[in-house]
Amino acid sequence: MATKTESLTKETLLDWYHDIVLIRHFEDRCHHLYFEEKDPARKITGVYLHLATGSEATHVGAVKALGEDDHVITAYRDHGIAIARGVNPDRVMAEMMGKRTGTSGGKGGSMHLADRDLNFWGGYAIVGGHLPLAAGIALKEQYVKSGNAVLCFVGDGALNNGYFHETANMAQVWKLPIVFLVENNLVGMGTRIEESSGQTNPIKRAVGYGMKEGPSVDGQDVVEVYEAVKAELDWSRENGPVLMEARTYRFEGHGVSDKAFNAREDLKGELAIWEARDPINVLTARIKKKYKDVDETLAALDAEAVRIVDESVEYAVSSPAPDYNDLIANVYVGFEAGV
Amino acid sequence: MKNLSMRDALRAALHEEMVRDERVFIMGEEIGKWQGTHRVTRGFYEEFGAERVRDTPISEMAIAGVATGAAMAGLRPVAEMMTINFAFLAFDAIINHAAKIHYMFNGQITVPLVVRAATGWGNQATATHSHTPEPIWAHFPGLIVGCPSNAYDAKGMLKAAIRDDNPILFTEVIALYPKPSPIPDEEYLIPIGESAIKREGDDVTIVSYGRGVEWALEAAETLAKEDIQAEVVDIRWLRPLDMSKTLESFKKTNRCVVVEESLPHYSFGSEIAAQLQEAAFDYMDAPVKRVSALDVPLPYAREIELMALPNAAKVVQAVKEVL
Ligand SMILES: Cc1ncc(C[n+]2csc(CCOP(=O)(O)OP(=O)(O)O)c2C)c(N)n1
Repeated sequence: MATKTESLTKETLLDWYHDIVLIRHFEDRCHHLYFEEKDPARKITGVYLHLATGSEATHVGAVKALGEDDHVITAYRDHGIAIARGVNPDRVMAEMMGKRTGTSGGKGGSMHLADRDLNFWGGYAIVGGHLPLAAGIALKEQYVKSGNAVLCFVGDGALNNGYFHETANMAQVWKLPIVFLVENNLVGMGTRIEESSGQTNPIKRAVGYGMKEGPSVDGQDVVEVYEAVKAELDWSRENGPVLMEARTYRFEGHGVSDKAFNAREDLKGELAIWEARDPINVLTARIKKKYKDVDETLAALDAEAVRIVDESVEYAVSSPAPDYNDLIANVYVGFEAGV
Repeated sequence: MKNLSMRDALRAALHEEMVRDERVFIMGEEIGKWQGTHRVTRGFYEEFGAERVRDTPISEMAIAGVATGAAMAGLRPVAEMMTINFAFLAFDAIINHAAKIHYMFNGQITVPLVVRAATGWGNQATATHSHTPEPIWAHFPGLIVGCPSNAYDAKGMLKAAIRDDNPILFTEVIALYPKPSPIPDEEYLIPIGESAIKREGDDVTIVSYGRGVEWALEAAETLAKEDIQAEVVDIRWLRPLDMSKTLESFKKTNRCVVVEESLPHYSFGSEIAAQLQEAAFDYMDAPVKRVSALDVPLPYAREIELMALPNAAKVVQAVKEVL
């Protein structure tokens, strides 16, 4: 891997740095707009908001490994993946605020972002529900012999759901071009992997399906994630599905309703260890090791990210809310809603 | 007598039944160490231990199926679906197995199972997380379906459910969890299949269950100011369906509005209306009116989400249309 890393240009690394800090600022702002913002016109509301703080390198590294015509699909922790794939942050923030200009017209919300034009097929809020969809998209690509592949994020908790078992087996039987990337943050909502999984090494599950056991990578290191996912995507185009893992962590509770996380003394030590391996620090160290005098550049990228997030908020706030016509639109194709 | 929220009333019911009968145990996602997503099982893990408070993987099909098997073999499981939305993954285990086994094997096997599930629309939970689908489940014979409208009923109904020998889907409206009612210190049960009059009146019968009862009662107060007296029937159990109170009331008022948090097509409202016209056609002075959610998947944006949901004002409006 070391040799390949050498071939990454400075521009590429800075580009990834940009995306990672952008996602971090975006998520932190969402947190602020949900918990602290007082002005109702600027607030993010609702019961669900799952932040990806801590997992940015996994999201960016994996998504950057995709070709333009490849596909990506994920669960509800989807903001970072959307942004990494190139969805305009304005439209992501507008969806957070339930605006007509949002990625889903304000009807999907934070858990259901999607941008069909970018082959970002969405976030899905029923655990495991997106897995067979991913396989179906891969089936289409195999059917038309396109050579395109699908990147499917899956939580460690979701591996225990029947959707995973049935999808993994079928994908293997049909050798579908799909990489299942287990985003292993060690926990579902509150239940730890060792309490919910007989096999705590996610990759070992591949054995039962005759599927390729892919690598386990450091999910805090965007370069390592990128290299590995790229290699596995290429392998899957010819050979079929792969199960691989990115070891990562979420710095926040499961979602905004999880008030217990930050209070859990038993997790403080663990959190500190992972925070020391913050994806931003890991990438900064990599860049600095290779290039001198980058401090100013990195600071500028950081400031740029803040500006983009500021703008996204203003865009969202000034966008119109959906109305009754939006409410009853798109229930069916070609038929009116039954209202 | 003390005031308890519906959450605490349910907690008390579950607690009393677990203390009373060792065969009763609970299983579900995040119910133990995490204290339960809705905090109904708060403290249970510490008190009863991992044997009787079983945290499960995210495996709804297996939660319902394993609980069914344990019930068949003689335990009295109370399985929790974190929300009813996830119970769709367990639909087969509950409908094709739990609900059918007693009949299919001609009474040899019983399934004393309770599946608890949080239900209800609102709070921008969006299309996949906003179902109130009790009527779908109540479609199938063999399954009992209950949904309390307040803390008092919740306690008595859940205790009755746990003691019953049938498979039961017991749904709990999330919006009602924090709402208190006075709860007597002594034990009480609310029999399965018994509806209740929650307010008396001579002018119109409003029939509902769950959160709809709250809207109906609120509407009734508004209507009373205009001298319209509504009688409110809380069905409580969608299966077995007790129409006696509704029919009695309807024969007096000759007008009916059905209120449901769920969707209008093939619904609770359709069923009540059909049964009324079959059994009391001669008493009908106006078509039965339904107040339901709008027939769309629920959207995220607050403005249009609220447009889609029923509320007390819509009930008032419907009553005026049938008078
Ligand atoms: C079928 C289903 N069951 C339960 C839930 C509630 N739920 C939402 S996220 C979650 C935990 C998922 O954990 P994991 O797959 O590890 O993803 P992570 O949140 O850690 O990224 C649960 C239980 C759900 N959304 N869908």
